[in-house]
Amino acid sequence: MAYVAVKGGEQAILNSHKLIAEERRGDPTVPELSLEQIGDQFGLAIDRVMNEGSIYDRRLAALALKQARGDSAEAIFLLRAYRTTLPRIAVSEPIDTTQMTVRRRVSATFKDIPGGQLLGPTYDYTHRLLDFSLAEGGSKECLETPNTELPIDSDLSRVLDILDDENLVEQAVSHHGGKEPFDLTRSPKRLPAGRDQRLQNLARADEGFIVGLAYSIARGYSGSSHPYVAEIRLGELDVEIIPEDLGFPIAIAEVTVTECQMISLFHGSASTPAHFTRGYGLTFGHCERKAISMALVDRALRAREFDEEVRYPAQDEEFVLSHSDGVEATGLISHYKLPHYVDFQADLQLIRKMRAQTAGKQSPSDDR
Amino acid sequence: MIQVMSSNTETSKGYNFAYLDEQTKRMIRRALLKALSIPGYQVPFGAREMPLPCGWGTGGIQVTASVIGPADRLKVIDQGADDTTNAISIRRFFKKVAQIVTTEKVDEATVIQTRHRVPETALIEGQILVYQVPQPEPLRGIAPRQIESRKLHAYAEYGAMQVTLYEDVARFGYIARIYEYPVMVNGRHLMSPSPIPKFDNPKMQNNPAIQLFGSGTEKRIYAVPPYTSVRSLDFDDHPFEVQKWKQSCAFCGSGTSYLDEVITDDRGGRMFVCSDTDYCAKRRGAQPGTSEVAGSPAGATAGSSS
Repeated sequence: MAYVAVKGGEQAILNSHKLIAEERRGDPTVPELSLEQIGDQFGLAIDRVMNEGSIYDRRLAALALKQARGDSAEAIFLLRAYRTTLPRIAVSEPIDTTQMTVRRRVSATFKDIPGGQLLGPTYDYTHRLLDFSLAEGGSKECLETPNTELPIDSDLSRVLDILDDENLVEQAVSHHGGKEPFDLTRSPKRLPAGRDQRLQNLARADEGFIVGLAYSIARGYSGSSHPYVAEIRLGELDVEIIPEDLGFPIAIAEVTVTECQMISLFHGSASTPAHFTRGYGLTFGHCERKAISMALVDRALRAREFDEEVRYPAQDEEFVLSHSDGVEATGLISHYKLPHYVDFQADLQLIRKMRAQTAGKQSPSDDR
Repeated sequence: MIQVMSSNTETSKGYNFAYLDEQTKRMIRRALLKALSIPGYQVPFGAREMPLPCGWGTGGIQVTASVIGPADRLKVIDQGADDTTNAISIRRFFKKVAQIVTTEKVDEATVIQTRHRVPETALIEGQILVYQVPQPEPLRGIAPRQIESRKLHAYAEYGAMQVTLYEDVARFGYIARIYEYPVMVNGRHLMSPSPIPKFDNPKMQNNPAIQLFGSGTEKRIYAVPPYTSVRSLDFDDHPFEVQKWKQSCAFCGSGTSYLDEVITDDRGGRMFVCSDTDYCAKRRGAQPGTSEVAGSPAGATAGSSS
């Protein structure tokens, strides 16, 4: 009997790599996708990969998606692994989203807001009907959108900042007073966590997991009341650094971000009167689903701050922080495919021992 | 916050020697030193994202990458064997990013990275055994929240673990833990030995080699320094025992090694063979695992500018 069960691994691995390369390329008579095509036409896939991959680089994200055959989880993993090897050259100044070149900005709490509601690009009011003309190579007509009649205000304050003359909304204050924010990519998570650590975790978290948690909040698995989108905005921002030898800020990049501010009614406690509390979401690119969910979960995770009872998963920071990272989660889930011969052998021995014992106990009663 | 890149150890492939940058290695080495100073204590460290998935040995790989040098000889085993797919994959990774010499022989290796086994061959002073750890917290099943489990460690409150073992005795008449069997290190810290079978626990006791444990996902490092007491928990009337087999290895005849069960046909045919392939090969007098040098020409060590 030839003993072949666990042999031949090295050649198998090499062949497996050839097979995935072949499957990635597909039919060689069909033209190969270029990174430009992926970057331009799969922009939202790029945005998700950049968010969870924690790196803003559309071209690298396109490469990762191409290599991963469109699997976003695999692409995110590729980007994260590349990101670790990059030296940290500088830390940027905090971005100021009031300085955003806004393309879309809506509020669900006020019908009209200074600066106006800007619908911008959104699938929200499309009917989800398959457009068969795209299957035929797309429409040939000019796709240029007409300009707005009025120019968009270049300095759009946040809705919550301009409308809170009654002090009904929690003030947005920095809890850090100049301290460096926590960085999960350099330090292990520390519990209890600050809001900085939680928000960073949520920004990098698997979108599906965060949407699921947010949905649980919406369905009542959280202590807080009905939330509102005070404002969601999408647009471009400059990223600035202050090089030591210059001493003043210079713009090094432009990024697209989605910001979401949610508010929900807080009934007050012994020390604070009733007011609206905030939840915050910010993502790279155009990721509204993620930004809203992030804001909802951020608020739920602030339970301790408001003396709310922690009863549900979305309020439980150790639960959320430990299980939200998609790369960590998929890694551990997929490790079950690895060989477990040794532990399984131990289990086999144990189960045989247990069954032998049970059989021993039962046999006298069988005789009766 | 400008960081200076050390360039003297960079390989030609654009990655630093052993993948991790030198700052990260320094951070991990500090964690390792702390871990060796407090045997069995889990040191949090800033685990990096690795090009292999979490749960596939990223903790062990980061530890190995931080302790290995160009002159080291690396052995990688999974389930005791050098030829299991993940062991091959990790060995290939280090050949690629560190261009070091690898070996399948325990006697030749200076660093051994392992998943789920301790080699049957006794280790000696100067060797480093790096364990891959999926889940470092021995109390996780009892107190899943680390806010609580860290307190239990701080106060050495390990009664609950003893009770868990007693519950086995009450139910089955024996302790039914068979792998990841909890150990007390240096008489102070309760430690998970990683998912090695309890068969291997006694090998950890007073071992002359350095034993390092890395969990990438949970971002923890812990260690057992040479010649340290590692005691498997038990009771006076239910002393710790290891697995035994009625069979001997079908290849080398060993009656004392950990055996894998191999299904040989579809009619219930089975045979038992050593899980430790190097040990089995050595006993048979075969020499399959000679050292092999990484693919670089003439075995050039990393960093040499040729």
